[in-house]
This record gives sequence, C-alpha cells and structure tokens, in this order.
Amino acid sequence: MLGLGVDRLQADINRLLASLFHQGVLDEHFLQLQQLQDETSPNFVYDVINIYFDESEKLLRNLRLLLMDREFSDYKKIGLHLNQLVGSSSSIGARRVRNVCVAFRSASELSNRPGCLRGLEVAEHEYHYLKNMMHELFQVLSFILLLHMRIKLGYGRQ
Amino acid sequence: MGMAAESQFHVLAVDDSLFDRKLIERLLQKSSCQVTTVDSGSKALEFLGLRQGIESNDPNALSTAPVNHQEVEVNLIITDYCMPGMTGFDLLKKVKESSAFKNIPVVIMSSENVPARISRCLEEGAEEFFLKPVRLADLNKLKPHMMKTKLKNQKLEEIEELSKDENGTVAAAAAVVPEIKGSTKAEIEVLPLQQDLLLVQQGDQTLSTNNKRKSMEEGISTDRPRPRFDGITTAV
Repeated sequence: MLGLGVDRLQADINRLLASLFHQGVLDEHFLQLQQLQDETSPNFVYDVINIYFDESEKLLRNLRLLLMDREFSDYKKIGLHLNQLVGSSSSIGARRVRNVCVAFRSASELSNRPGCLRGLEVAEHEYHYLKNMMHELFQVLSFILLLHMRIKLGYGRQ
Repeated sequence: MGMAAESQFHVLAVDDSLFDRKLIERLLQKSSCQVTTVDSGSKALEFLGLRQGIESNDPNALSTAPVNHQEVEVNLIITDYCMPGMTGFDLLKKVKESSAFKNIPVVIMSSENVPARISRCLEEGAEEFFLKPVRLADLNKLKPHMMKTKLKNQKLEEIEELSKDENGTVAAAAAVVPEIKGSTKAEIEVLPLQQDLLLVQQGDQTLSTNNKRKSMEEGISTDRPRPRFDGITTAV
C-alpha cells in the first residue's frame, strides 16, 4: 500500500519537473545541481536552493527600495544587483528568472526608469512563481521521504 | 622531517556571494580538492599570509602587528571578478606582485562576458577565465595548473629540508588546513532514493543539452591565446 503511494508521489514529482522544464522555468543547470549532491553532501541541493531564495529576495527588496525612491539615479547599483541575480539564477537553472533579469538589466543600462519598474515587477512575479513551484516540489519530496522512511522501518510492506 | 605527500590540491575560493561560495566549494570538492572559501580579496590575502608590503615568510620583515605565521600551501586561487572593495583583478595583481605567491595559478570567474575584461585578466597573469555558471568540466582544466605548483613546492621543500638544521626558521607547509565541512548527513538514510526522485521524462520535451561555453557561442575574440575550449568534457 505504502509503495503505491510512493510511486504516485514520484510520478507527481516527475510530472511537476517536466512541466517546469517545458515552461522554461527550469533548465539543464538545475539537473546539474543534482549531480553535485552525494553522500558527503546529502543536503546540497536543498541548501543551495534556500541560499538562492534568501539572497534573491534581499536583492529584489533592495531593487524595489532603490527604484521607489523618488530621487533615485543610481543605475549602476541596480546593474550590480542584477548581475548577481542573473548569475545565481543561471547557476541554479532558473531560466525564466534569469531572462527577465537580463531584460531588466538592459533597461537599467539605458537609465530607463519606467522600463526598470516594469522589469522589477516581472522579475518579482517570475521569482515568486519559481519559489512556489520549488515549495511544492519540496513538499512532495518530504512526503516521499516520509513514506520511504516508514517502509524502511517496516511500517508497511509493498 | 619531510611531510607525507598530500594527494589533494588545496584551492582558495574567493567570492562575496554566499550562493556562489557554496556552489564553487561543492564543485571543487566534487573535483577532489580541499577548499577554503573567503568572502573578500583582503581576507584571501590574509589567509595567504600577505600583509600590506610585508610577507610573512620574509625573516627580515618587521611586523608591528601580531601576525599569524601559519603558512598554508595553496595550489590555486579562484576568484570572482566583481567584488566590492578589492576586485578579483586587484587580487590577481597583488598575488602576481608578491614574490612568495606569484607562482600560484589564479583563475577569474565572472557572470559577465566582457572581452576587454577577459583580455586584461589573462594579460595580468590569470591562467583561466571562467564564465559563470562554472561547470565541473571547467574545473577539470585546472588540474595541470595545480599539478605544476604542487610539484614545484614539493621540490622546494625537499631542498629546504636538506639545507636546514633542526632549528630552521622556514616553516614546513602547514598540514592543518581549515576545512569547510559540508552539510551534516541527513539523519534518515534516503540517499539512493534522491538520485531517482528527480528524473525528468524527456519524452515530450526537448531539454537543451547545449554544453558549449557561452563565450564560444557569443564569439568573443581576444588577441591573446584564450583558455582552451577543447571539446573534452568529463562531467560526472
């Protein structure tokens, strides 16, 4: 019985991931992250994704503060923040977030304030979408882990 | 007495972003390197034992501040280009200007593909310039560079051991290297499962498997011989 539950959850994960790849939300760099995880660093993917979320949220918050300031003029600073966002999003395989940040960065290079504000909104939207998806992924994962643990401990046979 | 030969390379990784530090550390560990990460160029210099104008292995140097004379053997420095304060380029220059450390290969990383920047770094003595995201295959290119300095250091040590008495003032390369521990093991052993979990059905969509380096795609050109882009990838 439990085994069936695990299979179903595993199918859910596959489906969710496939959908994210299909939508272009994630790309192959996300898979490469998995390759870096092993017995010596078993929580690597989880840890690095959480660091990504922490840092990205700070960056987006700073960007909003900068742009909301009526006397704002420091486009260079915006560029620096965006370089960081583009870089980390690329590394983690967050393709859509990366792409919208690149567009945002172009607007900042042209000192285009309305363009930047638009860019920020889009970036925030994409970022939150990704975060929610990752959340869902991890939730399903933790269910699977729980079920597997119960199987291992002999709470039910397949 | 001579040290037992250290089979691992020790890399000093410099990046102001925690995310990038985490990533480069894992990549290097996966390439069987020992890693020390620091978040700034000045901390990197401190780690190496360099102070402003004063090198810790110079017995004639006067140091007014208490200096930790621990010498560590570093086989490679890999640094982000864009950092507040001391940039990766500044760090590169300082290392290459130092008589003690100029032979340590330095690699620069950047998420921006700026040909002029790349040329400048290579001209200043960087061995390689990696565009982020850095991949395992990129790091495999570093082994030959690190091998060179390691062999050189070992030879130097042998010579020093032969010519020093027991009270020699030259410290042997420290065996103790600050080790950055990976995450603690999960309490529940479900590792094999995790490998399977993130399978993606590749049937109905095409994942881009283009592993070409971005700089190749964008066709940067520098006058200098660029880092080699041989097609050999040895991804794990």
